[in-house]
Parts: sequence; C-alpha cells; structure tokens
Amino acid sequence: MGVGLAVAGDPALESARGHGAEQARQFFYYMSMMREVEDRIERKLYRQGKIVGGVYVGRGQEAIPVGAGLAAAPDDMLFPSHRDMALYLIRGVHPRQIFAQYMGRIGGLTRGRDGNMHMGDLRLKIVAIISAMAASVPVAAGAAFAMKYKGTRDVACCFFGDGATSRGDWHEGLNLASVQRLPLVLICNNNQYAYSTPVEKQMACANVADRGPAYGIPAEIVDGNDVFAVNSAALRGVEHARRGLGPYLIECKTFRMTGHSAHDPADYVPNHLWKTWGQRDPIDRARDVILANQWAEPEELTLIESGIRREVDSAIEWAENSPYPDASELLEDVYER
Amino acid sequence: MCTSANSFMTTTYLEAIRQGLWEELERDPDVFLLGEDIGVYGGAFKVTAGMLERFGEQRVVDTPISESAIVGAAIGASFMGLRPVVEIQFSDFISCAYDQIVNFAAKCRYRWGAGVPIVIRAPSGGGIHGGPFHSQNPEAAFVHTPGLKVIAPATAYDAKGLIKSAIRDNDPVLFFEHKALYRRIKEDLPEEAYTVPIGKAKVVREGRHLSIVTYGAMVHVALEAAQLLDGEGISIEVVDLRTLLPLDEETVLASVKKTSKAILLHEDTITGGLGGELSARISERAFEYLDGPIVRIAAPDTPVPYSPPLEEAFLPNLSKVVEKARWLHRY
Repeated sequence: MGVGLAVAGDPALESARGHGAEQARQFFYYMSMMREVEDRIERKLYRQGKIVGGVYVGRGQEAIPVGAGLAAAPDDMLFPSHRDMALYLIRGVHPRQIFAQYMGRIGGLTRGRDGNMHMGDLRLKIVAIISAMAASVPVAAGAAFAMKYKGTRDVACCFFGDGATSRGDWHEGLNLASVQRLPLVLICNNNQYAYSTPVEKQMACANVADRGPAYGIPAEIVDGNDVFAVNSAALRGVEHARRGLGPYLIECKTFRMTGHSAHDPADYVPNHLWKTWGQRDPIDRARDVILANQWAEPEELTLIESGIRREVDSAIEWAENSPYPDASELLEDVYER
Repeated sequence: MCTSANSFMTTTYLEAIRQGLWEELERDPDVFLLGEDIGVYGGAFKVTAGMLERFGEQRVVDTPISESAIVGAAIGASFMGLRPVVEIQFSDFISCAYDQIVNFAAKCRYRWGAGVPIVIRAPSGGGIHGGPFHSQNPEAAFVHTPGLKVIAPATAYDAKGLIKSAIRDNDPVLFFEHKALYRRIKEDLPEEAYTVPIGKAKVVREGRHLSIVTYGAMVHVALEAAQLLDGEGISIEVVDLRTLLPLDEETVLASVKKTSKAILLHEDTITGGLGGELSARISERAFEYLDGPIVRIAAPDTPVPYSPPLEEAFLPNLSKVVEKARWLHRY
C-alpha cells in the first residue's frame, strides 16, 4: 500500500518532472514484476524446498535496477549485482527462465550450472556476476575499454553494493577506468548492510560517492528508492560516459528490506530502520507519483499487478516442468567444443 | 623492427615470443596487449620492445600496477570480441589476479556459455638470483583449475608457435615463459609462419632405458643429463610436456610403457607439483609396465632463496638429475 498520495513539494514528485506517463508505467511494471518474482522465490518456493540453493533478493531496492536499467541503451553492457533482477527482465529474460535458474533446471540461463542471479547472456549484453564482490568492476572497465577501442558510443554500466566498495578490485577497476577515461557508469546500491555488517563498519567515509573524486571520477548521491531520481541520475551518468568524459559514479541510498539471503532473519537490523525504510518503499512511492500526476487510474495499476501475478503463476508452472539437467552434461563446456 | 622476415637468423626464446606477438598483432586488429611497463619501456624484459611505436597506445596499453584489474579488464574486453594479451611482469605477481583468473575467466564458459579468449603471459622461474618474489613457478595452482589452459614452452620454436596458438584459442590461456631461457637459448626458426598445437607433448629425445618427463627450463637439464649418460650406456627418453593443461597423457604413457621407468622433473616445488599428478596417472594406467619406482625431482618445499649457494641447492640441476637417473637405471 502507498503511504498517501504525493503532495506538492514532495521530492518524489519533483524528481518525476520530465518523465511521462508511459515511462512511469514502465517503471511501475518492472519494479512490480521484480518484487513479485522475488517474493515468490523467497517467501514461497524457498520455503517449499523448491529452490535448491541460496536466495538473494533486492526487496526495497527495485528502483535502482529499473531506473538505471532503463537509462541504458540496448547496446550498452550491463553488469548486475545479485540484487538487480529487474536488469534481466528489462533485457528480455523471461521470469520463467529465472525461476528455472533458481530451481536448478535446464530452462534456466545456466542450465543448472549456477544458481540465483549468477547468470548472463552476451547476446542480451548482460554479464554474470561472480560471488567475490566487485570482481565485475574491472571486467566492466574492460568492456568499456573495448567500446572505446572499437570507436562505438556504447557504455558499460556496473552495479554493486556498499560492501563491494571495500574490495581491492573495486578500487583497481575505478582507477584503471579513470586513467583510461573509459565509458563506465558505476551504480552503487548502498543498502547499508553487507550481510550483517553495517556500512559504518564497512568504511570510514560518510558516502561511497566520496570515493569518486579521489579517482578523478565525478560522483553524485541519489535517493535510491525514487525510481525517477535514479533514472535521471543514470541518464546523466550514461550521457557523461557516452560523451567520452570517462567514468561516472552514482550512489543510490537505499535499504535492504530483507536478510542477506533467505536463511538470514537479519536480527541484527534495529527495528526502527525496518520501519523508517518500510515507509519509503519504491513501488508505493512510484504509485503515488503516477496517481498524483494522473499518469494512470488506480484500476490500471491494479490491472498491471494482476497481470503480473498471472504471468508469474504460469512462469512458475513452466519452470517446475522444466527438467533437471542430465548428469551426462556434467563434463560439457569446460572448454570450447 | 621485428618481422618474420628476419627469422632465418638465430632467434632467442625471448625474440621468438616477441615475433609471435608481433605477427599476431599484425594479423588481427582485435589483438591488443596490456600490462605494466610494456609500452614506453618495452616490458621489464623487453619482450614488447618497439610495439608501442608500431601499434600505438590503444593496442599496447601501459596500465596502473593493478594485476587484478588488468586481468579483469582483459576478460571484459574479450566479451566484446577483442583478444587481449596480458603481461604479468613477474609470474610471482599473478597471485594478485588469482580471483579474476580462477573464479571469473576459468568459469564463464561453463556457467553461462561466455568464452574468455585471453592470454596471460607470465615470466617465471629461478636461476637469476631473483629471490622469493621474482623466481616462482606458480603453474600448479592453475593446472588445478578446470577451464584454464596452461602452457610452459622450453624452446624458441615452441614459444613462438604456442604464443600464436594461445592468442587464437577461444579459452583463457596462461603462458609461463621461463626467464632463464629468454636470452640463454636460441635456434633457427622457419621463415614461414607456423603455429604449435596446444595440448601436445613432444618426445624431444628418444631413448630406451628410462623416461624423463619435464617442461620449461628443466627440459634443457634433462637433455644435458641424457647426453652425458649416453656415454655411460644409459639411453634416456625426454618428454617435453609443452602444455601442462590439458595434459597430453597419451604421449607420457606411451613413453613410460616403452622405457618402463619414469623420472618426473620440474623446477616448481615438490608438494602439490605436477609430478604428483603425473605419478598418479602413470601408476593408474601403466603400473604393470613399470620396472622401478616413479621418481620425482623437484625443488624442495621452501620459498625460492636469493643467495647463490641457497638457490643452487634449491633448483634441480644436472648433477641431481644424473644421480637419480643412474640410481633408477640400476634399480
């Protein structure tokens, strides 16, 4: 439920200026779809024992992959973190492939070789993360290097959390990208916890964005629960990179409205934080802005949501009917055939 | 300028690698080099000397001191259709890039079908008083990583042919070039272009009484020992593995079945080294052919020491190989 219609002077309403009805409905669709798919995975299928491994969701952070993912052009390369499911949806991965991936079925993008958000498809220009945080940052810099090498106007967009910014790879990647003036947009979801470690034990500076200027990289802080604001910031970053001005860092302040993974009750998070951030839900806020701008009638949004539920129901059915990989596939594809 | 035109002249191991890189840069505009001090300076060992002038700074990239980012960037560029060749200044520093190599590059194809056609060149090995951080042979850890290919050439001919094959290969290849061989060995190379296949060992000396299976700089030690022991009537076969992963088990087993005795020789330290793996495969698949114990000759389990008497005691050498070979022959 929304927290009440946005009123004049509401920063969320301000940030929506320059956006239109069609785009707002697109934001709403992808955020709601991500929420629904992840809710089913974390709260139903996992508890039913149908997910064979770990579950890492981005509840409360949906505005970041949606706002930024839609700011990128189709030829731009995306390097998602494990809490950016909407990037896959935006690039055309079907929810049924995501369910199959989580269930270890051959219908998943990795045919059962890997789980959760560890998936990619170069044809869709989306690269699979590895579990060691920030490893994607230098890799994204390399993709950006290739874009410059080939003289395209494409950019690479790399997503990561606050915890990842403590890794050497993050710093090495930013430095290399800045020295080479590579078209790289760095998008941090600062959700304030890395597993159980709060951000103040992760770093001694106030903001991830503070680290940008040390590498000669312009940085900005944005309300990560405001999809319109994230989208505008990402458009600025993409434009900066596309113009050949080098990397751009965006810190999206948000909150992880769940444990690190489905097994983690996150008792270490103080109650007031759940409460405060629960009131800043990005989907509720987008709904309020849409209604306040009369970009859609309430019934239309309800229809979008019921459509999503039907789509997800059939996606789960499809995934459950997708077979497990045959053990005879074990040895394939370690090397090129 | 270096082209194949002057390759009829006697060519060093270092020059052979340089020629291979140069020819691939000329052949394929998607090939580029990145690493520390490889451009303006031409590389710590001058393997890339002259390349910046010929190919420009877009294709010969001097990077910050960031081994992990260098390898990571190579992986990302390879996703976009480029064929990066990384130089790790000394193979001792490759540990800084371990995660990118082992967790990123090696696993992409298996996980989600993305090939990673990168080459990582790494000067390795001792015998130059480089001390603990400029002398190591880190190949075993990577041979233990499915998804990688690992090459360690012993001759100028193979070094040139294999670096070219590595660049054309669609999987991540580690290319360990032995520093002590750079300027020490030379041979006449063919004038025409050639490659050497990855995954094929070579019998570099035929013999009847025992086989020495080895690679890298130790191939030359083995050949010296074979030459010397020939005068004592001991006929030694020397197998140069050339590629360490995938291992050419067939050639190794064929040699051991023929001679019935095996010495496994490497400069890397003994525990967890390639000798253990080879020994296991020989005893699993050629046990009934053996007329003596499988013998390993390798460096002891210590860091590589600096001072000459210590380093000499550390490295396998001619006298150690000759002594063990005589013992095994008598067995």
